Amino acid sequence: MEKQLTSKLTKDKLVEMYKRMLEIRFFEEKVFDLYAQNLVPGTIHLYLGEEAVAVGVCSALKRDDYITSTHRGHGHCIAKGAELKRTMAEILGKKTGYCKGKGGSMHIADFTIGMLGATAVVGAGLPIAVGAGLSAKLRKTDQVVACFFGEGASNQGTFHESINMASTWKLPVIFVCENNLYAMGTRQSRVMNIENIADRAVAYGIPGAVVDGNDVLAVYETTQKAVERARKGEGPTLIECKTYRHKGHSRVDPAKYRPKEEVEEWLAKDPIKRFKEKLLQTNTLTEAEFQQIEKEVLDEIEEAVKFAMESPYSAPEEALEDVYT
Amino acid sequence: MRKITYKEALREALKEEMQRDSTVFLLGEDIGRYWGGAFKVTEGLAEEFGDERVRDTPISESAIIGTAVGAAITGMRPVAEIMFGDLTALAMDQIANQAAKIRYMFGGQAKCPLVIRTPFGAGVNIASHHSQSLEAWFMHVPGLYVAVPSTPYDAKGLLKTAIRGNNPVFFCEHKLLYPVEDEVPEEEYTIPFGAADVKREGADVTIFATLYMVHKALNAAKQLEKEEVDAEVVDPRTLTPLDKQAIIRSVKKTGRLVIVSEDCKTAGVSAEIAAMVAEEAVDYLDAPIKRVAEPDTPIPFSPPLEQYIIPDEKAIMKAVKKVV
Repeated sequence: MEKQLTSKLTKDKLVEMYKRMLEIRFFEEKVFDLYAQNLVPGTIHLYLGEEAVAVGVCSALKRDDYITSTHRGHGHCIAKGAELKRTMAEILGKKTGYCKGKGGSMHIADFTIGMLGATAVVGAGLPIAVGAGLSAKLRKTDQVVACFFGEGASNQGTFHESINMASTWKLPVIFVCENNLYAMGTRQSRVMNIENIADRAVAYGIPGAVVDGNDVLAVYETTQKAVERARKGEGPTLIECKTYRHKGHSRVDPAKYRPKEEVEEWLAKDPIKRFKEKLLQTNTLTEAEFQQIEKEVLDEIEEAVKFAMESPYSAPEEALEDVYT
Repeated sequence: MRKITYKEALREALKEEMQRDSTVFLLGEDIGRYWGGAFKVTEGLAEEFGDERVRDTPISESAIIGTAVGAAITGMRPVAEIMFGDLTALAMDQIANQAAKIRYMFGGQAKCPLVIRTPFGAGVNIASHHSQSLEAWFMHVPGLYVAVPSTPYDAKGLLKTAIRGNNPVFFCEHKLLYPVEDEVPEEEYTIPFGAADVKREGADVTIFATLYMVHKALNAAKQLEKEEVDAEVVDPRTLTPLDKQAIIRSVKKTGRLVIVSEDCKTAGVSAEIAAMVAEEAVDYLDAPIKRVAEPDTPIPFSPPLEQYIIPDEKAIMKAVKKVV
């Protein structure tokens, strides 16, 4: 099955997916380092460990399809095709960042690639995704919207309101629940009496799918089906990707609430390591090719950091601009 | 000139803008062909424009506004109706954190041409959850415009401007204004935001008022005339942006200011106007600023109780007499 799936995708596509995952990994590791050096203002929520979700989903989208994102959004941006240097510059609060430093780590957007922005209010992106889906329907385009949110957000009222609305109106939205087991420090089992968020799909009369969120090809394949259904006008799908954060909730969180065995178990299921093994097993890429990709990505990250570090801040009085058009 | 009601003026604005621009669409609870809106503002529009563009929604205020935001940032011009102003509390995150900030926090990339229409105001005995005046909540959120039309003419012209603009507009209506009839030209016109209208010229005192209070202020001014007090009534028409100059100009002329607003007094519309004039035009004042507003209570149901708290002509006259 896996072999078959791998062979369905071109080598270029597989390389692109692997590269994107690696970009997210190295980018986030770099952000972590910069934060430790006190070079990143505020806080950060790293996407480390969840790379297969963003890349699996976004690889099934077209450039003009939309995504909405969350406070843990760097990975979504990169997966949708945002420039590393402008993403990094935004995280450092620089004028050359996507939002001129007004958004920061939790509010990056790139409207030119359909990245409609990250909201830091948990669950707030869902109705916005529904609106983008409604807009696509009313404008009669074939665009779809992938809406990322965590399992914690599925307890917000907006989850219910949004999926009900999207289902009733048959809107082209793919609700992607990144279930990393913890909402900050609260384990899912302490606040929900169900194991699978996807089971909630039944309540809205739409398909729900549980997928291994650390298997990029599984995420891709499931998303593709949902995209196809959405483009045909058949309505939304709820996809739950089971995954895990490698780090704590935010930069200051050592995540002591997670049992050591659990962390180790998930680290062993590292999505990048698994994808690499698969690509090696199927002779899609050689070790030399992997090394070449790694080097390329590291160079890109270095370039992005250099760009961000050397960029100026916006002039202080620019704080007054962009409130209205 | 022909006369139409406030409600008809709003409906005409919606209809004309929908005819003019195919990206304009309406959404809200019971606004479609089966009901036509709780106050019938959208009656007949679904029949003309179809159910896709005059869209009945589930009872999901947060998703109504969020959906409108998502549509607005991707090329549409949604006009969302929240059935009663009090219910905006259910959608507050989407209004205050999303709609209002989506342009700013993304560094100016997004434009969010969204109109939220909702009726405020007490006086029809529907108690605490259907009667408040909450304009000040929205004045406090940078990124929103706040329109407060008091006449059919202003309602139509301001709503057209709201729909054509590229910023989120919180469009306040008033339940008691819907049946009010007045002159509205048949020809096309719009009213710019931030342009106050002097509803009555006078020399002795400036009465600032919005929405239904404009009519009470005009009644009070008429009665004051008999007592040889010549009151000027200034209607800002939009609270954000606020035409400060028009207010200051009037205060310079009269030297006296009475602020009338139906919302609660504490941190309300009247507080902001008083602070603005105190800060920018105190030298022109010949008497202390007076405020006529609702006391800091929820809106009671029983008619005598409700009438007791709503500012009326008597209260306005009393305040005026204290300063002239």
